[in-house]
Amino acid sequence: MTAGETHRAIEAVFRIERARLLAGLARMTRDIDRAEELAQDALVTALAEWPRTGVPANPGAWLMTAAKRRGIDAIRRAAMQARKQEEIARELDGAPDSVAKAIEAGMDDDLGDELLGLIFTACHPILSADARAALTLRVIGGLTTDEIARAFLSNEATIAQRIVRAKKTIGKAGLAFAVPRGRERAARLSSVLEVVYLIFNEGYAATAGEDLVRPGLCFEAQRLGRILAGLMPDDAEVLGLLALMEMQASRLQARIGPDGALLTLGEQDRARWDRLLIERGLAALARAEALDGEGTYVLQAALAACHARAPRYEDTDWRRIAGLYDRLARAMPSAVVELNRAVAHSMAFGPEAGLRLVDALADAAALRNYAPLPAARGDFLFRAGRFAEARAAFEAAAALTRNAREAAFLKARAEECG
Amino acid sequence: MRVMVFVKGTEESEKGLAPTPEMMEAWEAMDRFTEELVEAGVFVAAAGLKPSSEAKRVTYDGDSRGVIDGPFAEAREVIAGFSIWEVKDMDEAIAWAKRCPNPGGGQSHVEIRPFFEVADIAEFLSPEDLAAPRDGDRGKLGVA
Repeated sequence: MTAGETHRAIEAVFRIERARLLAGLARMTRDIDRAEELAQDALVTALAEWPRTGVPANPGAWLMTAAKRRGIDAIRRAAMQARKQEEIARELDGAPDSVAKAIEAGMDDDLGDELLGLIFTACHPILSADARAALTLRVIGGLTTDEIARAFLSNEATIAQRIVRAKKTIGKAGLAFAVPRGRERAARLSSVLEVVYLIFNEGYAATAGEDLVRPGLCFEAQRLGRILAGLMPDDAEVLGLLALMEMQASRLQARIGPDGALLTLGEQDRARWDRLLIERGLAALARAEALDGEGTYVLQAALAACHARAPRYEDTDWRRIAGLYDRLARAMPSAVVELNRAVAHSMAFGPEAGLRLVDALADAAALRNYAPLPAARGDFLFRAGRFAEARAAFEAAAALTRNAREAAFLKARAEECG
Repeated sequence: MRVMVFVKGTEESEKGLAPTPEMMEAWEAMDRFTEELVEAGVFVAAAGLKPSSEAKRVTYDGDSRGVIDGPFAEAREVIAGFSIWEVKDMDEAIAWAKRCPNPGGGQSHVEIRPFFEVADIAEFLSPEDLAAPRDGDRGKLGVA
């Protein structure tokens, strides 16, 4: 092995251990910056020693010990300096020993628990959603600020600034990098899941930029989801989110048409769906349902599964989908869910059923300028044979959308109405 | 990137299941490793395969077909199991494979094979080819 290869092999080991290492160090120092420095120091030590000694049998523990040793040295040095100031000399005397003991005790902690603690902290609701996403990708995903900036089509300085501020906020709040227990846990967990799904969606339905899909972000989100499912195997919503992401990601390759535009579920070539991810998604969903999961992610995953299970678009079980949307609308009341529910009902029970639901929505403020609403209405009217009304609805939708391809499609549908 | 890790057969694995205490211990070690892979978000799928005595080979010669019953002589040519991982690069795959418990006990090896991905064949295909609908099962398993 050349020196370069050895170097890369050591860095690969370090990448695997990095998140857990940071988690343990952050809990010890309560300071992400400090934890990152100590982890980096440990890598430098490993790069110096491992080429001679070989990679140790338990590289994670080795790196943790090396980093903590540096941490203790630093605390000792700080204590030495402080000792010069007579007033506090007495208080600090013996402190390094008690710190060392605390670290020893900390090492017995469940490492998975530490990693979860870091995830919960990076996704703390005191941070903005953008800051949570950036910090999570940085400390758990191990992405560089440059990689995060490119993924979010932002510039490096903005992302770096966002991460610095987030770390400061966490430091000021004195967060303990612990996994919340009891009543707080559910609320904090939904904040974590929200961040992971935000990262996924940023990749799946890119809101800005040339590319409509950025699979790199989807992959990172899936990885986070898999980590969470590994650490919290008994939480239905965690499994539900993982199932949802795996099944949506299974269609990544099939969603883009020859002209680079997004294809609908009906237009996609299902042979290009990734069966492996579908199987993973269905397995995670089955585990969530066995836990009596009824949350919004489990329901959305169940919806995705209806499509995943249909070999052809015509085979889609719309009655089941309509029933799931009824439940989702109760669990997560939103105008967009209601609109999807109307579409599902129109497919399951005919266009009149869809019209009844969509007309009840017509006054919803959230949907006033939402092109998909008149577009769906136009489709229901067209299928009900009310062509003049359908034409007006499609024209209204075409005027509302800002996407040129969609506008052309809607105008063509208006023309079809004669 | 996705890789498939092939575990090659050994004299032992070709003998079939023998739940000796050593075997049980080896399985437990393997379970712990798999758990590590799951918690790291790396694990996608895995399966162990029965010894080649239960295998068949279908042979082709022009238009004719033949069937050969196992076992097949060379144990080290037999695949005893596989595992599919999602990793950032081959370095990471190697680092994970190195911490896998020795699958054969004594001398053994695994082989790491990266999947073909769209990027690998992109230069041979036009964007239209890449996006064109295909019949049949081509494209499943995430193969481009």
